[in-house]
Amino acid sequence: MSAAAGSRGWDAPAALDSGPAGIPDPATTPVPPELRREIEAHMALYPDPGSASLPALEAAQRVHGWCSPEAIEQVACVMGVTPASLDAVATFYDMLETEPAGAHAIYVCTNISCSLRGADALYEAMRDAAGEDAAFNVRSFECLGACDIAPMASVDGVYVGPLQIEDVPRLLDDVRAGRPVLAEKQLLGRACADPEASG
Amino acid sequence: MKILFDRIDEPGLNTLEVYERRGGYESLRKALGMTPEALLSDLEASNLRGRGGAGFQMGKKVSFLPHGAIDRYLVCNADESEPGTFKDRELMQKTPHLLIEGLIIASYAARASRSFIYIRGEYVQQADVLEAALAEARAAGYIGERILGSEHSLSLVLHRGAGAYICGEETGLLDSLEGKRGNPRLKPPFPANQGLYQGPTLINNVETLATVPAIVRMGGAEYARLGTETSTGTKLVSVSGHVQRPGNYEIELGVPARAIIYGLAGGPPQGRSVKCWFPGGSSSPVMTAEDLDLPYDFDSLAKAGSMLGSGAIIVVDDSTRILDVALKTARFYRHESCGKCTPCREGTNWTVHMLERIDRGEATPMDIEIMVSVQNHIIGNCLCVLGDAMAMPIGSMIAKFRDEFEAHIETRRLQALEPVQA
Repeated sequence: MSAAAGSRGWDAPAALDSGPAGIPDPATTPVPPELRREIEAHMALYPDPGSASLPALEAAQRVHGWCSPEAIEQVACVMGVTPASLDAVATFYDMLETEPAGAHAIYVCTNISCSLRGADALYEAMRDAAGEDAAFNVRSFECLGACDIAPMASVDGVYVGPLQIEDVPRLLDDVRAGRPVLAEKQLLGRACADPEASG
Repeated sequence: MKILFDRIDEPGLNTLEVYERRGGYESLRKALGMTPEALLSDLEASNLRGRGGAGFQMGKKVSFLPHGAIDRYLVCNADESEPGTFKDRELMQKTPHLLIEGLIIASYAARASRSFIYIRGEYVQQADVLEAALAEARAAGYIGERILGSEHSLSLVLHRGAGAYICGEETGLLDSLEGKRGNPRLKPPFPANQGLYQGPTLINNVETLATVPAIVRMGGAEYARLGTETSTGTKLVSVSGHVQRPGNYEIELGVPARAIIYGLAGGPPQGRSVKCWFPGGSSSPVMTAEDLDLPYDFDSLAKAGSMLGSGAIIVVDDSTRILDVALKTARFYRHESCGKCTPCREGTNWTVHMLERIDRGEATPMDIEIMVSVQNHIIGNCLCVLGDAMAMPIGSMIAKFRDEFEAHIETRRLQALEPVQA
């Protein structure tokens, strides 16, 4: 995958003739005002503003599409930390993308409970169907905490299941069209399995 | 007896209006009328054990916090990531105020003035529900300065993670909440003494905190009559895998596992039988069909060599190769190892390599021995139990299904000897 034009990308060799980057200078680092406001609001919530790095990186990812060097630089500038300290964080967490990624995140759970019910084939089918479409970011994911609707997927944060391979084309079409994804298979509409829970 | 799941699908239960109409926040009023000491002794009388995995007595954990003029923190662990576990998700999504009320009561017992809910980043919809409920609770004066006219004040921040199993480990969670990589810390010092921002910190699971309002309402001694003597109360179990009705069920601790797997969840599909089952998430040593009559409680499972863990029962039926279960399990822990401790980082990686070698038909029976020894070298040798969480189930699979591993190795060896058909 190629990095966005103008950015260095993560695979660029480190510049060995200069020291590590310091805290970006606010005077020379433009940050979109909306993003700055959002990061500052998160920082204000904690006794130590450093706690805001995850929500800040998440916000920057929403703006830039991924945690690009430019995104990291902007977060570092607002938070007053070095880009390297944020690189370390961004590379640790699965939901932070350190390479350019499609706008629609489709996480197919392939952990034990889902795989016992056919998740591996579902993931393959999802990846094949999405093909080269750059709008999609299809990933196999560790347990998403919805084994009651196994096999399942999270589509831009919306949980759907149990999924069959036949559901895949319609799921992708719903995303493309901006419709609610597989409305009848969404987790939120599902009743508790416990028969006595309804009282 | 439904305590947590009592009419949980009632429309609008996620709103303050419906929750209050059902008597919500009455337990908070009652608790604030007690002294923190009296409240704490009530919690201790309930014998409530933590619902996140370790099963440590909640009241005792609260009592470990030092007294005096110092900032104390309460952190709710909502990073539900143990494979097979999805109980906290249903609670947060459907009855968020129950968690919030329990959290406020616990903060009063612990004299904590700042609190956080660390929710896994994947739970976007549940976090949104919680966020809305928090706004209602703040507006109603349940969170903030001098709650309901008492001396107790509390701030509460919802913090979203970004996808890392290790952040469910309490010290990994604290580092993550401080904005760092979620690497577990060396213990001691334990979080009760030095936790978040180096301050005394109480960390409780969602289900544990959501149980607190019922304890206050019923009284600790009355609550302790539910379940067994050492595993009191009700427990949410998440049943998944090869069962006909996967889902969350609220049971009284001590019921036979068979009643959960077959009675509630319907057992494996027609014509299949239970090969093995994880009693408490994928980190727990597997049990077999012979263990189905065990009482489902903390001590019975521990005595049988496994654990209740997070209460997630994963059922595997006889159509599945144990090798595939082992591979799935080991690959997960390899992916989630934070890499800080060598036995875990290397042990999970090499276990996957050895299992793949067996799968490809390149292994000898000696590989099984080496794999066992790798597991034994992980257990107890790391800062946290992530490595153990792979070593224990893998060790149990080898111990209980050794024949199957050996038969696979032998079959593949013989296949390799056969002349290739022209």
